[in-house]
Amino acid sequence: MGVLSIFILSKAGGLIYHKDFGFGLKKLNNSNDYLVIAGTFHSVHALTTRVNPLNTHSSGLLTMEMETCTLHCLQTLTGLKFVVVTDNNQSNVSVVSSTIYEIYSDYVMKNPFYTLDMPIRCHKFDRALNQYISTVE
Amino acid sequence: MSKVRTIGADVWKHKTDKVSLELFTLMYGSIVSQLCDDFEHDYTKVNQQLDKMGYNIGLRLIEEVLAKTGLPRCHSFRETADAVTRVGFKMFLNITPQLGNWSVDNKQFSIIFPPGTNPLVEFVECYDERARRELWYSNILAGVIRGALEMVQLSCETEFVSDVLQGAAQTELRVKIIKVLEDEVPQGEE
Repeated sequence: MGVLSIFILSKAGGLIYHKDFGFGLKKLNNSNDYLVIAGTFHSVHALTTRVNPLNTHSSGLLTMEMETCTLHCLQTLTGLKFVVVTDNNQSNVSVVSSTIYEIYSDYVMKNPFYTLDMPIRCHKFDRALNQYISTVE
Repeated sequence: MSKVRTIGADVWKHKTDKVSLELFTLMYGSIVSQLCDDFEHDYTKVNQQLDKMGYNIGLRLIEEVLAKTGLPRCHSFRETADAVTRVGFKMFLNITPQLGNWSVDNKQFSIIFPPGTNPLVEFVECYDERARRELWYSNILAGVIRGALEMVQLSCETEFVSDVLQGAAQTELRVKIIKVLEDEVPQGEE
């Protein structure tokens, strides 16, 4: 099981989607904690864009590696963040995150009942995402 | 640059679902004619409503453009204009309108549809004299472009300045870029 968890953050840093994949994953006690994590991550990402000793442009944090898992972040030009948590053996995560972005553009953006920047509750998106994640090796 | 030229065609061929042109044109036509009825042929209001509908489409459609093309950020308005016509119009409508009439400061340009290239007006004839003068039939496109550019932090004004339906030689959509919304650029972007 490569992909463990997916977070989608709005451009203001609010958590608009979160989903765990695979059985037996530990959850946080309080669903509010997920919002706190998202907000904190948003700020840390903003900080990392500024702490760049080289005199070039930096797009900030891309991956964060822990002993057991790795966190990958894709920021789109519109400011959304797709955060994918995988185990450390997962390869080609950039393909995974950009495919998730495509699924988002198809099933969330084209859902007329979805309001921009609000939490995502779209069944077709859930289904398409599940189907895609189950094919990721 | 060459990437921009091919990417629109590539996405159109492989990554988008297609719908019959006739169906699309007729559906758009019935929306416009329903709006004309609803607003009792007050064409200023119809234009506004079409622009608003387009704007809300543009806000969402931009994500699909970015997700399916992986376009990088544009560094000049000329690149932006190229992306709009060669990628945006190409992948959704399979047309590549021309660009022209650049202003000296490179902040205004026109998107030009020569006669017969705008799929929205394929079967349309305008008999009503007042509608011929006041209605911008394809005004939804102006809204789409404004909405889409706003989501990539470009504030702009868009309006049609001529339309073949009004008897002009070509349809011309004027885009004025007002400013880059610096505050809204995501952290880590240039």
